[in-house]
Amino acid sequence: MTSVWQKRLQTLRYVVGENPLSLAAFLLFAAFVLLALVGPSIAPFDALASNVGAPLSPPSLAHWFGTDSLGRDILSRVIIATRLDLGIAVAAVGISCILGGLAGAFAGYFGGWTDRIVGRLSDTIMAFPLFVLAMGIVAALGNTVANIVIATAVINLPFYIRVARAESSVLRNAGFVEAARLAGNSEVRLLFHHIIPNILPPMTVQISLNMGWAILNAAGLSFIGLGVRPPAAEWGIMVAEGAQYIVSGEWWIALFPGAVLMLAVFCFNLLGDSLRDLVDPRRRT
Amino acid sequence: MNPLLSVENLSLEFRTRSGIVRALENVSLQLPEGGSLGLVGESGSGKSVLSFAVLGIQDAAAKITGGAIRFAGNDLLADGGSAMKNMRGRELAMIFQNPRVALNPIRQVGQQIEDVLLRHTALRGAAARARAIECLSDVRIPDPERRYTAYPFELSGGMCQRVMIAIALACKPRLLIADEPTTGLDVTTQAAIMRLIRDLGREKGMATLLITHDLGLARDFCDNIAVMHAGHIVEVGATETLFRVPAHPYTAQLVRATPVGQERLEALASIPGNLPDLRRSDLPPCRFSERCELRSATCATPLPTLTASAGHVVACHHPQARTSS
Amino acid sequence: MISTILKRLLGAIPNLIGVVVVTFLLTRALPGDPAAFFAGASGTAEAVEEIRKKLGLDKSLPEQFIVYVRDLARGDWGMSHATGQSVLTELTTRLPASLELTLAALFLAVIVAIPLGILAATRPGSWIDHLCRGIATAGVSLPTFFTGLLLAYVFYFLLGWAPAPLGRLDPYLSAPAQVTGFYLIDSLIARDFAVFVGALKQLILPTVTLALFVLAPLARMTRASMLGVLSADFIRTARASGLAPRTVLFTYAFRNALLPVMTTLGMVFSFLLGSNVLVEKVFAWPGIGSFAIEALVASDYAPVQGFVLSMALLYVLLNLSIDIAYGFVDPRMKIEN
Ligand SMILES: Nc1ncnc2c1ncn2[C@@H]1O[C@H](COP(=O)(O)OP(=O)(O)OP(=O)(O)O)[C@@H](O)[C@H]1O
Ligand code: SF4
Ligand SMILES: [Mg+2]
Repeated sequence: MTSVWQKRLQTLRYVVGENPLSLAAFLLFAAFVLLALVGPSIAPFDALASNVGAPLSPPSLAHWFGTDSLGRDILSRVIIATRLDLGIAVAAVGISCILGGLAGAFAGYFGGWTDRIVGRLSDTIMAFPLFVLAMGIVAALGNTVANIVIATAVINLPFYIRVARAESSVLRNAGFVEAARLAGNSEVRLLFHHIIPNILPPMTVQISLNMGWAILNAAGLSFIGLGVRPPAAEWGIMVAEGAQYIVSGEWWIALFPGAVLMLAVFCFNLLGDSLRDLVDPRRRT
Repeated sequence: MNPLLSVENLSLEFRTRSGIVRALENVSLQLPEGGSLGLVGESGSGKSVLSFAVLGIQDAAAKITGGAIRFAGNDLLADGGSAMKNMRGRELAMIFQNPRVALNPIRQVGQQIEDVLLRHTALRGAAARARAIECLSDVRIPDPERRYTAYPFELSGGMCQRVMIAIALACKPRLLIADEPTTGLDVTTQAAIMRLIRDLGREKGMATLLITHDLGLARDFCDNIAVMHAGHIVEVGATETLFRVPAHPYTAQLVRATPVGQERLEALASIPGNLPDLRRSDLPPCRFSERCELRSATCATPLPTLTASAGHVVACHHPQARTSS
Repeated sequence: MISTILKRLLGAIPNLIGVVVVTFLLTRALPGDPAAFFAGASGTAEAVEEIRKKLGLDKSLPEQFIVYVRDLARGDWGMSHATGQSVLTELTTRLPASLELTLAALFLAVIVAIPLGILAATRPGSWIDHLCRGIATAGVSLPTFFTGLLLAYVFYFLLGWAPAPLGRLDPYLSAPAQVTGFYLIDSLIARDFAVFVGALKQLILPTVTLALFVLAPLARMTRASMLGVLSADFIRTARASGLAPRTVLFTYAFRNALLPVMTTLGMVFSFLLGSNVLVEKVFAWPGIGSFAIEALVASDYAPVQGFVLSMALLYVLLNLSIDIAYGFVDPRMKIEN
C-alpha cells in the first residue's frame, strides 16, 4: 500500500516538476476556494451598494477594478461572485456525480435492461447540443438559480454514467469481486462495498475535468439572462452587464469578471489534467 | 569476398526518462550475398532493435554510440543514414511479426504494394497495378486480381503475411530481414510461410536474416546462426557446428533444451533466470554471468572474442569448445 | 453502400424519438399552469378552462404527445407571442445566419487545429507541441461570450480594424438576393463584391471567437490520435519499405488518425451549436440563437421550445452525416453490424 502511495507521490512530484503550471493551478485553486469561503469579509466594499464610487469610473487606487454604471465596486462584486459561481458548479457536479455514478454503476454491474435504460437515457441527453438542452430545461422549469443547477447537472450526467458504467462492468468480473461473491455476499452489498469504492478515483478525475466546463455553462446561462437575477453578483451576468459598454470603451466592467471566470475555468482544467496524469499515467497527453 | 551485410561493433542505447537502456553493445555479424543467417535469443535480447538499426528505422530515442553498418560496400551510418534512404525497401526489405496489424488497415493491400513500386520503380498507372498483382501471385496468393482490392481485415493472418512478403519482395531486394515472421500464425501456416520465404530466397538469390525465438527453426532454415543475449552477440557459427559443439554456456543450454525432430515451431526453450535490466549502470562485462553456472572471477574482466574454428566465434571466458584467440 | 446508409438512418431513429419526447416533456413542464400563463393575469377561471381545452391540456399525457407530434409533423410549431409569427417560419428565416457562422467557425477550426495537431505529434516535446497542449487547455477554458467581447473591444474599439459587432451586414448595405441564405455565397452569386467583403468583415470576429473554442478539442484529439497511429506497426512497415516521409505521414498515418478525430466531431458540434448562442448574442447576430434569447427574456416559450427542438434535430442530422462519412473512410465499417 505504502509503495502505491510512494509511487503516486513520485508521479505527483514528476507531474508538478515537469509542468510548473500544475503547481500554479494548485495554488490558484486554493485561492479560489479561500475567496469563496471568506469572500464577503474581505471585499473592500458592499458588493450590492450603488454609488460607492462615481459611476463608470476606470480602475483606480480606490476601486482597483473600477466601478460599473451604478457606481458599484467591481472588485467587491467579483470577489462576492466566487461563492455563487463555484457553488452552482459544485452543486451541479455533485448531483450529477452521485446520480450518474449510481446509474452507471448499476448499469455496468447488472447489465441487461438496467443497462439499456440507463444507456438510452444518456444517449438521449447526448443527442442534444448540451448547452442548448440546458437552456431548454431552465426555460421550462423556471428562471431560478436552483434550475440552473439542475440543468447543469443534467447535461453533465452522461459523462459520469459513462465512466461509472465502464469501470463497474470491468470490476464486476474482477477476481476480488468474484471472491466476495463466492463468500456469499449479496449483489447489492457487492455493488456498494466493492464496486463503488473502486470507481471513486476515476470519478474524481472526471469531476475535476468537468468542473471547469460546469462553471462555464452556468456562467453562459446567466450571461444570456437565465437564473441569476440582478443585482446579484455573478461573473456571467457581470460580463453581460459590461457588454454594452465595451463598444464605448468602458472595458473594465466586463473584463475583470470575464478574466476571473476564465482563470477559474483554466485552473480547474489544468487541475483536471494533472489529476488524470496522476491517476492514469498512461493517458497522459 | 566482402560480405553483403556487415555490422561491426555496433552499440546503441535508448535515452529514456527512466535511464539509459544499453540495448546493443559491440554487436558484430556478417551475412554473405545469398546467404542465410539466423539471429536467435530470448525476448528482449535486442534482435528487433538490431534489425531496425540496420534499416535505419530505429526509434527517435535510440542513439547509435559506436560501430558501423555496411551494406554492399556502402556505409549506412554515414551522413546520418543518407545512403539508406534510397535502398530501404528496394535493396533491403523487412517483414514483421503479427502481419494483421503490420499492414495499413484502411488501404487496399494491392495499393500498399503499389505504393512501394511507385516509390522505387519507374512503373506507373496500369503497369504498376499489373506488377502489384504479379507480386501477389509470386507469393502464391490465389486469385490475385480480386485480392488486390481486399483490405487486411478481410484476409487471414497467413494471407496478410504473404502480402507483407509481397511488399518486401516487390523490388527484388538483395537482403530480406524477417523478424519473427511466423509469430501469431497457426502451425500449418507457419510452415507454409517459412517454405515460401526459403523458396523465394533461393529463386531470387536473396540473402535472409531470420530473427526468431526458435533455435530449431533457425537450424532448418539457416546456414549460420548468431546467438544474442541481452544486447550482446555471444556466439556465431555455422549451423551444424553450433549445434554439434556449442561453445557458449548460454548456447549450450539452448541447444540442450531444443528438441530434435519433432514439431518445434514454438517459443525458445526457457533458460533459468532473467535478462539483466539493461538500464543498470553496473552491468557486468558478461551479461550472462548472473545466470551462468561456469562463472569465475575472470568473468568480471572484459570479454574476449575467441575463435573456435573458422567462422565459429564465441564471447566467453570459459568456452565449452576448444578455441584460440 | 446504400444499405450501410440505411442502417445508419435507422440507427438515428431512437435518438430522434428521444429528442421529441424530451422536448415534449419540456413544454409540459412550464412553470405553473400553462393555461393560466397563456390566459394572462386578467384571465378568469372560465377563460383558463377554455384555454386548457384549446391547448389540449385536459387530455391525458399520451394523447397530448400524439397531438404534439402531429402538430410538429404538420409544421405547426406554435406561435411566437412577441412577433406574432409562426415559430417555424421565424426559425427557418434565421437558420441560415446561424449556419453560416457555425460552418465558417468549424472550417476555420479544422484548418488550424488539424495541422497543429499533426505538427505537435510529429515533433513531441518541441515548442509546437507545447503550443498545441497550451492551446488545448486554454482553448476549452475560454468563455466564448467573454472572448467575443474582448476581440470586439480590441479589433473594433481600439484598432478600428473590424466593423461594429452588430449583425451580419452594415446597415447601409442591403442583403443579397436569397439563394442559399449564406451572405458570402449569395453575394458571390449576385456578383456583389461590396456586399461580399462587408459580410466577410462582419463574419470574421464571431467566427474567430467560436473557432477558438472548438479548436482546442480538435487539436488535442488530432495530436493524440496521430501520436497513437505513428507508433503503430503498420507505420513501421511503411517506413521499412522506404516510402517517402510524406506518404507515410499523410497516406498512411493521417488517414488512420482521422477516424478518431471524426468521432470527436460530434462533441465538437455540440460545443459549436451551444456556444453559437452566446456568440450570436455578443455580436447581435440575427440567427436562431439570439432569437431564442429574446424569446426567453420575454417569457415567450413556444419559440424557445422550437429552438431547442430544431437545434437537436440539426445535431442528430450532423451526427448522422458524420456516421455516414465515417463509413466511407473506414472500410471495416461496411461489414460490421
Ligand atoms: N523505444 C525503446 N525505448 C527504450 N527501450 C527500448 C525501446 N525499444 C526497445 N527497447 C529495449 O531494448 C531491448 C531489446 O528489445 P528488442 O525489441 O530488440 O527485443 P527482441 O529481442 O526483439 O525481443 P522480442 O523477441 O520480444 O521481439 C529491450 O530491453 C527493450 O526494453
Ligand atoms: S564469460 Fe563467464 S559468466 Fe560469462 S558466459 Fe562465459 S563463463 Fe559464463
Ligand atoms: Mg522483436
